[in-house]
Amino acid sequence: MGLQTFMQHLANGISLGSLYALIAIGYTMVYGILRLINFAHGDIFMMAAYLAFFGMTIFSMPWYVAFIMVIVVTVILGILIEKAAYRPLRDAPTSSVLISAIGVSFLLENLATFLFSGKPRAFPTFETMTYSLDMQGVSVQVLTIIVPIVTLIILFILLFVINRTKLGMAMRAVSKDYEIAKVMGIKINNIIAYTFAIGSALAAIGAFLWGMKYPQVSPLMGVMPGLKCFIAAVIGGIGNIKGAVLGGFILGLAEVLLVAFFGQLTGYRDAIAFILLIIILLVRPTGLLGEKTAEKV
Amino acid sequence: MSNVLKLDDVVMRFGGVVAVNNLSLEVNKGSIVALIGPNGAGKTTAFNVITGVYMPTSGKVSFEGKDITKEQPHKIAKLGIARTFQNIRLFKKLTVMDNVLIAKHLHLKSGLFGTALHMPWAVKEEKKMREEAEALLEKVGLTAVKNEMASSLPYGQQRHLEIARALATSPQLLLLDEPAAGMNPQETMELTHFIKEIKDEFNITILMIEHHMDLVMEISDDIYVLDFGQLIAHGTPEQIQRNEKVIQAYLGVEEDA
Amino acid sequence: MNKRTKLLLNIAALVVVILFIIIANELFDSYIKRILNLCAIYTILGLSMNLVNGFTGLFSLGQAGFMAIGAYTVAIFTVPIEARSLIFYLKPMNAFLSGIHIPFVPALLLGGVIAALFAWLIGAPVLRLRGDYLAIATLGFSEIIRIVFTNAQTITNGALGIKNIPTISNLWWTWSIALLTIFFMILLIHSSYGRAFKAIREDEIAAEAMGIGLFKHKVISFMIGAFMAAIGGGLFAALLGTVDPKQFYFTLTYNFLLIIVLGGMGSISGTIISAFIVTGGLEWLRFLDEPMSIGGINIALFRPGLRMVVFSILLMIVVLFYRNGLMGQREITWEAIGEFFKKLRTRKTRNAKGGAKVE
Repeated sequence: MGLQTFMQHLANGISLGSLYALIAIGYTMVYGILRLINFAHGDIFMMAAYLAFFGMTIFSMPWYVAFIMVIVVTVILGILIEKAAYRPLRDAPTSSVLISAIGVSFLLENLATFLFSGKPRAFPTFETMTYSLDMQGVSVQVLTIIVPIVTLIILFILLFVINRTKLGMAMRAVSKDYEIAKVMGIKINNIIAYTFAIGSALAAIGAFLWGMKYPQVSPLMGVMPGLKCFIAAVIGGIGNIKGAVLGGFILGLAEVLLVAFFGQLTGYRDAIAFILLIIILLVRPTGLLGEKTAEKV
Repeated sequence: MSNVLKLDDVVMRFGGVVAVNNLSLEVNKGSIVALIGPNGAGKTTAFNVITGVYMPTSGKVSFEGKDITKEQPHKIAKLGIARTFQNIRLFKKLTVMDNVLIAKHLHLKSGLFGTALHMPWAVKEEKKMREEAEALLEKVGLTAVKNEMASSLPYGQQRHLEIARALATSPQLLLLDEPAAGMNPQETMELTHFIKEIKDEFNITILMIEHHMDLVMEISDDIYVLDFGQLIAHGTPEQIQRNEKVIQAYLGVEEDA
Repeated sequence: MNKRTKLLLNIAALVVVILFIIIANELFDSYIKRILNLCAIYTILGLSMNLVNGFTGLFSLGQAGFMAIGAYTVAIFTVPIEARSLIFYLKPMNAFLSGIHIPFVPALLLGGVIAALFAWLIGAPVLRLRGDYLAIATLGFSEIIRIVFTNAQTITNGALGIKNIPTISNLWWTWSIALLTIFFMILLIHSSYGRAFKAIREDEIAAEAMGIGLFKHKVISFMIGAFMAAIGGGLFAALLGTVDPKQFYFTLTYNFLLIIVLGGMGSISGTIISAFIVTGGLEWLRFLDEPMSIGGINIALFRPGLRMVVFSILLMIVVLFYRNGLMGQREITWEAIGEFFKKLRTRKTRNAKGGAKVE
């Protein structure tokens, strides 16, 4: 393999990794606050992709209008799901909340199959995005460069919000100690709603970019990215936003590069994430950037 | 007298917080030893280190001469240390009888398949377990409620059940974490007798954390006092009662008055 | 109620079930028999999931994967040797495997053993950690198994699947194995190990302090669960006569999740009742997928996919509003039935005496 092909794969890996990172942040934030694997997150991502698809095809919106619409509607969807399916179970055992999350995920998938049919549909493509830049013999699509840039900008905004604003402080407090945060007068339900809003917004942005990169939408498109991105969050250290981004990049690069180097693994591409999960759980269960915590007895 | 439990310079650090600092103590066989100190002094942390819930940052824990510093909790229970919890941890949705029987599981001799398939030898062992459990419940006065759900018992009985459950593991050393918490003077007095009784009856050693000083002073052979993770005093009840440092720790030092 | 009465009642109940099977085998058509077979298989799978999730308090979502292992083991080893070259027409079957034929029951057990081994492989790294990682790891496992089965063409015939598996069409196989499973579950749960599982579910820290090795017991429960799931999967393959990777998509697991949530996490009798309700209900709801017209007008709502939408809404309703399901952690016992009838009788006599009296 020449250096140029390698660079090309590298760029693809980083680009895919950024998309994973965007979705993984949503998982890690919700887990940090509620200790819940939000199984529905991947399906929120899928719904966002459909919204973008319908917005731009049937309603022929310009992309920037569609972009705003998708974010707004997805955020509303995320908050509604939290209100309807998770909030009533706040004092229930974790298994009940997990089952509820699975129920929502299953419902969204079935609803999408029912409403939009199971057939995959072509996502509209943009000339400017798929235009190939020639960089010293390495041809890279504009999109491949834009995706990581968008991700990094979002990461910096998010870190600013978490570390420098009152909302972020409240979020950190809730994720550190739920009970004490409650006693301190933090409106837990609002904080949780904000968390879901942020996670859903990122999933919406991710879905938009994903649709442009892999121009196809289908009801089950969120399942695999969803599972993988949760794993990315675990690899980076669950509850840690920088960790989620790091995990996303590692996973994206691992998938693209392993398949590039070992062609015979192509069929097993989706298994890589799970093998990484097992390895990280064996070697460093708290994830790369996670802290060790002790349970109070 | 030989010691059952020995801690050597145990340090337990959580991040930057030192919960237990250089704690050394000895518990002699057949004695009742109390670990006292203000809230947050590191007493429960010490219990958690002894029972293997936490691995100490440094130092050594020995039980009957054997190093158990790095053992897992269930192994330590098997070796003969049983405990109760500060905030009662019963198997709430199971019956009183089941709570006690579960504590006997660690001594089960029949294998998985023999037990699961109710083979004759396993049935025999189960019968013996039940008889022992019945006898134990009789001793702690819970026979009448043996088929009730543990969570349905009144608070005092839950405390008794927790002690019965710990005894069911046939320990040599019993750790009691604030057994009298939430009890009125009358109940505390009964508990005092109860602890003495089980100590003689089961021929065990007791290490307990307790805030009720009447109880502590009446039944302890030996008292260790912790403050901010540090051992500040050690002695007989009479010695502790006269110790300046202990009095200060409990009353608090007025710094800027 | 003494032990002898109970034993007699149990025998009576067993006789009733056997009579039912005999009659059902004679009278019912193949469609109904198929559903009854499916009920029995779903009972096995529901119990297997309830052992792990309901009784031990773990959260496993690997049913579909373990089922697939059982189903494929039965498929690979029981298909007649002479039919194999026809089935594996794209790529011939692995030379070593293609000559091996095993009768149904040993193949079924072999599938169970292999599944239990896989359970150990997943459980060993994951069960030492926080409970919810098991959910992701098992879900991932059931997807990987599907990916492997799709790719390992010389063993599984890839996406084409394996056809011509000798089928079972009567009720004896599934029902007797379901009965055995129920019997085994009752024995297991009422043994010292069953109590240890429940202790772990109730309070891990206390269980460990009482000398119960968490890891060991979780692994045991998980492996037994996987074994049972694979048995269910093997029966499933023999019932349908064909297996392919798509049948074992991980959403299949959600059927069993609904069964245990509806029946009650930690209730054997609840699981059995619920397995029948859910299997029957899913069959009955099939009309939702058919086009329907009222007065000559086609109602657009009724088209393929509606059934699964309704199914997922039902799951949500149960979780949100009836969290304990039908039975919670209770069981139907002869005592409970006796009590019920006693109450019924006293009410009747009271009514007969002329209206209710305030006592």
